[in-house]
Amino acid sequence: MDRKDYKGIWVFAEQREGVIQKVALELVATAKKLAAVKGAETTAVILGSGVAKLADALVAAGADRVLVADHELLARYTTDAYTKVLCDLVTERKPEILLVGASYLGRDLGPRVAARLGTGLTADCTGLEIDPESGNLMMTRPAFGGNLMATIECAERRPQMATVRPGVFEAPKVAVAGTAAGAAPAARKGAVEIVKPALAASDLRVSIDKVVKTVKEIADIGEARFIVSGGRGLGCRENFAILDELAQALGGVVGSSRAAVDAGWTDKAQQVGQTGKTVRPQIYIACGISGAIQHLAGMQESDFIIAINKDESAPIMKMADIAVVGDLFKVVPELTAKIKAAKAS
Amino acid sequence: MNIVVCVKQVPDTHEVKIDPKTGTLIREGVPSIMNPDDKNALEEALRLKDATTGTAASASGGATGGAGAPGGPVSVTVVSMGPPQAEAVLREALCMGADRAILVGDRAFAGADTLATSKTLAAVMRKLDYDIIFAGRQAIDGDTAQVGPEMAEHLGIPQVTYVEKVQAEGPNGGIAGHPAGGAKAGAGKAGDAADIASSKAAGARLRVTRATEEGHEEVLVGTPVLLTAIKELNQPRYMNIARIFASASTSVETWSAANLDVDKAEVGLTGSPTRVRKSQAKDAKREGVTMKEAPRESAERVAYMLREKRFI
Repeated sequence: MDRKDYKGIWVFAEQREGVIQKVALELVATAKKLAAVKGAETTAVILGSGVAKLADALVAAGADRVLVADHELLARYTTDAYTKVLCDLVTERKPEILLVGASYLGRDLGPRVAARLGTGLTADCTGLEIDPESGNLMMTRPAFGGNLMATIECAERRPQMATVRPGVFEAPKVAVAGTAAGAAPAARKGAVEIVKPALAASDLRVSIDKVVKTVKEIADIGEARFIVSGGRGLGCRENFAILDELAQALGGVVGSSRAAVDAGWTDKAQQVGQTGKTVRPQIYIACGISGAIQHLAGMQESDFIIAINKDESAPIMKMADIAVVGDLFKVVPELTAKIKAAKAS
Repeated sequence: MNIVVCVKQVPDTHEVKIDPKTGTLIREGVPSIMNPDDKNALEEALRLKDATTGTAASASGGATGGAGAPGGPVSVTVVSMGPPQAEAVLREALCMGADRAILVGDRAFAGADTLATSKTLAAVMRKLDYDIIFAGRQAIDGDTAQVGPEMAEHLGIPQVTYVEKVQAEGPNGGIAGHPAGGAKAGAGKAGDAADIASSKAAGARLRVTRATEEGHEEVLVGTPVLLTAIKELNQPRYMNIARIFASASTSVETWSAANLDVDKAEVGLTGSPTRVRKSQAKDAKREGVTMKEAPRESAERVAYMLREKRFI
């Protein structure tokens, strides 16, 4: 392998049922920054059936080039079809870096692709930088349940591959295809190329028989501007009612720590942290959460953090912009009342 | 039918502490456990086995003779790659009901990243007769979720990740679920057992439910296949006295590089494309204000600050 043959930064742009996933836009914006350091091109690769129309959003997000692999067998994600098409493209065009969102799909696809290409893959990166000396990608990720941050390099093999969890990097503010908002700057132009992958039904060894969408009554905490989170200190499921009231007053949603999910008080979809969701709301209010690094890893990018805890020495208190030392069962209702009053005035 | 389960011994990361002075991990005194997702994988393999043998407490001792023969019983082999002390998780697996345990260790394997680890484990699998390879989705010390899919790729077999349910799809198209509760199968068990045991011979398929962000999907896949388990799959059993006694005569086999057809350049540190350049304890601090007033006063100040900053 001659490393010099590998050029440009690629983003696997995940779409589901014709909708570009936000993590794809986050990664394109990140790739663009890395590409600027290297003087390289940013390419978004999108796989699907009839998805060419999604290319504009990727260009608006910062892609210089969009590769659209269009095939009816790509309509729904399957490991076999997506691995084959992505690997064939990489082998043919030789990108230096390939970024993949660490969604369920990305974490199924990424390792399969890396193994086929015989290259390294760093999972769930929270930081990506180009090393000024070597020009290699420095990939930083949490390890040991978030207790440690490790910076990893893939010096010899190409492409350098990383998965990044949704919400870790900021999404560019662009109009997504299908919406009327005209935020996409008309000046940005990118080359869109449609490729017809060689794919046969016999390539797919796993067949999807049924797709079940469970009705999500729980708001997506990844999208919320205000999150009120509860942990072990809440004591029981019923006590989350006071957090619901505070979240409602703010116009936000309720999140939780892993401890509360494990105790069965809250839903897994509400879990903030390394094994839950990474969030970056405007305001994050942590109630009765001690702040295991596992949890901090998922919320430390929040704009403004308020921690309410009896224990002044709890790790979350050091992370907070406002650390309220006190009984959350007294402080939270007072805060709800004050916020309601402030909003009404 | 033969099921091989990959288990890893991991430090219980809930208990991991950081030395505030040096910023390094304090490993002393941190308990080692069987990786939780791997335990779910093992439990599922044991349930498939229980369904064919007809009893939940199926630890009949020793390796099951004639396993893998068409229509034969399910045999469960556990494999762990790690240092000698990882034998503990393999013993635990035997006490839960596994038939055979193999500890894979060699100085040549040290320092392996996920690619080199998956190459090594794939070489182990090639020495075994398998229909299903079961692994946990991810280990809590690394959280990469990569070794399973990478191993499947090296072996050229399909994968299903994030598995929350496994059913044998019978040769006649009927689906025989196995009981989520374990022992009490009732009428469904006989058909299930036959379907599981004969799946190799008849080329029957598995119906596997995998979790997605939006819910789940049910997929059909033939064997051999690699599956990765998540917590939602089942509730792992405990070791019990009968199994502990029954497995006492079963020794954990130790395999080294000499037992495998591996290219030394592809395993261990040499075979690892990724290297850790540096690691550090996370520094998570903000210059915040601390409020210790009565609840009402604190709340008042917080609301004031939020308004000042135009958040509300």
